[in-house]
Amino acid sequence: MDALALEATSGKKTTNGAAAPAVPVPSQPPVKRKPAKKAKKAVVFFEVEILDAKTKDKLCFLDKVEPNATIGEIKSMFHKSHPQWYPARQSIRLDPKGKSLKDEDVLQHLPVGTTATFYFRDLGAQISWVTVFLTEYTGPLVIYLMFYFRVPFIYAPKYDFTTSKHWVVHLACMCHSFHYVKRLLETLFVHRFSHGTMPLRNIFKNCTYYWGFAAWMAYYINHPLYTPPSKYTCTYVFIDTTQCAIFVIHYFCQIGNFSIHVALRNLRPPGSKTRKIPYPTKNPFTWIFLLVSCPNYTYELGSWLGFTLMTQCLPVAFFTLVGFIQMTVWAKGKHRSYLKEFRDYPPLRSPILPFIL
Amino acid sequence: MSAAAPGTSKAAHSEVGPKKKKGPGALATAYLVIYNVVMTAGWLVIAVGLVRAYLARGSYHGLYYSIEKPLKFFQTGAILEILHCAVGIVPSSVVLTGFQVMSRVFLTWAVTHSVREVQSEDSVLLFVTAWTITEIIRYSFYTFSLLNHLPYLIKWARYTFFIVLYPMGVTGELLTIYAALPYVQKTGLYSVTLPNKYNFSFDYYTFLILVMISYIPLFPQLYFHMIRQRKKVLGHIEDYSKVE
Repeated sequence: MDALALEATSGKKTTNGAAAPAVPVPSQPPVKRKPAKKAKKAVVFFEVEILDAKTKDKLCFLDKVEPNATIGEIKSMFHKSHPQWYPARQSIRLDPKGKSLKDEDVLQHLPVGTTATFYFRDLGAQISWVTVFLTEYTGPLVIYLMFYFRVPFIYAPKYDFTTSKHWVVHLACMCHSFHYVKRLLETLFVHRFSHGTMPLRNIFKNCTYYWGFAAWMAYYINHPLYTPPSKYTCTYVFIDTTQCAIFVIHYFCQIGNFSIHVALRNLRPPGSKTRKIPYPTKNPFTWIFLLVSCPNYTYELGSWLGFTLMTQCLPVAFFTLVGFIQMTVWAKGKHRSYLKEFRDYPPLRSPILPFIL
Repeated sequence: MSAAAPGTSKAAHSEVGPKKKKGPGALATAYLVIYNVVMTAGWLVIAVGLVRAYLARGSYHGLYYSIEKPLKFFQTGAILEILHCAVGIVPSSVVLTGFQVMSRVFLTWAVTHSVREVQSEDSVLLFVTAWTITEIIRYSFYTFSLLNHLPYLIKWARYTFFIVLYPMGVTGELLTIYAALPYVQKTGLYSVTLPNKYNFSFDYYTFLILVMISYIPLFPQLYFHMIRQRKKVLGHIEDYSKVE
C-alpha cells in the first residue's frame, strides 16, 4: 500500500513538469484497477470505496477522484449517492474504530493507496451550533422575564402582574437578562465555531438544562415571599455597600468574559479553523491569560458566584456549582489539547482556577 | 427498585471469558469474594429471620420489625458497590449502579424508616421478600463467578426469577410509597417552605409522587433489558462470552 501511495504521489509530481512516461500509472495486479484517464497530464486518479464501519458493507464506490480532493468533497459525493446522509452527519475514517478524518484532509496526503478504503459511521441527525446556542439562550431570557413580571398561573392570583418591592430583585433581573442578551449577541457576532454541527439530541438536553434551571431560579427570586439579603446575613458592613460590591464583581466578570471571547475570536481569521495559543492583549481583562488557559470559564464562574451572593438563593448556588463542574471538565480538556498541540505552551497556566484547578 | 438488573453488567464482566478486558487483580478478587459472601450471608439472615418470625407469629403482618436491622445494614452496605465501580475493580457503570443502589437505599431509609406508619403495611413484606430472594441469588452468582465455578442452576435462577420478583418488588415499593403519602403531607416531612433566608423550597409529598411516576418509563426499560440479557445468557449455555 505504501509503495502504491509513493508511486501515486511521485506520479503527480512528475506530471507537473512533463508528460510522465517515466513514472507509469502503477500497473499493478489489483483487479479493481481501472486505467487512469488519459489527459494532457497523466494525472493519477484515485478510487474511493466507502464501507460501513459496523457491517463492512460496501456503501459507495467513487472512481476518478482527484488526488487533491478533500474529505469534504468526498463527503459531498457520497451524499449524492445516499441523500439521507448529508455531509455533516458523515464520519469518514481510515479505520472502523479510528478517529474521524477532517474535512480539510486531502486524499493524496492520507496513508492510502490509489484505491482508498474508508469507513463510514452515521453520526445521527445534526443541528448547527448556532441554532442550538440561540435556542438554549433565548429560553432563559424569556422564562426569567415571565417570572419577573409574574405572569398568571405561576404564583397565587393576587400577585399576577405585580412587581417585587425589593430593589435587588430588579437588579437581578437586569443582570440575568443582560447576561443572556450578551450570550445571544456573542453567538451571532463573536464566536467562530470549529464544528458546524452537533447531534440533534443535544438541543433537547441543553435546553432542558438551561430552561429548567432558569425557571427554577427565577421562581424563587421573583417570588412574593422572596427574602432579600438582609443585615442579618452580613454583620460587618452596611448591606447596601456589600451588595453594590458584589454587583460590581459580577459585572466585572461579565466584561471579562466578553473580552476573552473577543480575544479568542481575533486569534482566528474569518472562515478558518486554525488554533493558536491565546496571549494577553492590551485589554487588562485578558491579562488573566498569564495564569489560566480558559479564562472565559473563570469569568463565567465569577459572574455566577456574584449572582448567587447577590440573590442569596440556593437554586442559584446549585446552578453555579453544576456549571462550575461542567466548565472545569471542559477547561481541563481544552488545557490538555493545548499542551498536546503546542510544545511551547506556557507552563504557568492552569485550566480554570489560577494555581488550583 | 428491586432490580435484579444492578449487577447484570457486573456479572458479565466478572465472568472470565476470552473477550474480557483486564479484570480485577488477585487482591481485589479476594476482597470481592469476601464482600459477596458476606452479602449473601446477610440476606440469608434476613430470609431466615422472615421465615422464623412468620412461623412464630403465624401471620404475615408486621414481619418487617423482625428483620429491620439486618435489612438496613446490608442494603446500606450495598453502597460499597458504587465504590467498586468507581475504583474500577468492577467494570460496571458508576452512574447505573449508583442509581440502582440509591433507589433501594431511598426506599429503605427515606420511606420505610422515616414514615413509621407504613412499616406495618403488607406491601413492605412484598418488596422485602422480592429483594431478599433476588439478592441471595445475585450475590451467590457473583461469588461463584469470581471463583470461576458458576453452577448453571445459579445462573438460571438469576436470569429467571426476576421475571416474577421484579414486578413483585416494584408493586411492593409503589404501594409502600403510596401508603406513605398521606402521612408525609400531614406532617410536612422533609419539606421546606418559603419564606426562608435561602430562598428555597422542597415539597417531599410532590417529590414522592414524581418518584412514583418515574417508575413508568424506567421499570419497563430495566425489565426488558433483563429479558434480553436472559435470551443472550441462557441462549448460549456453552458460551461464556461477554453478556453485554
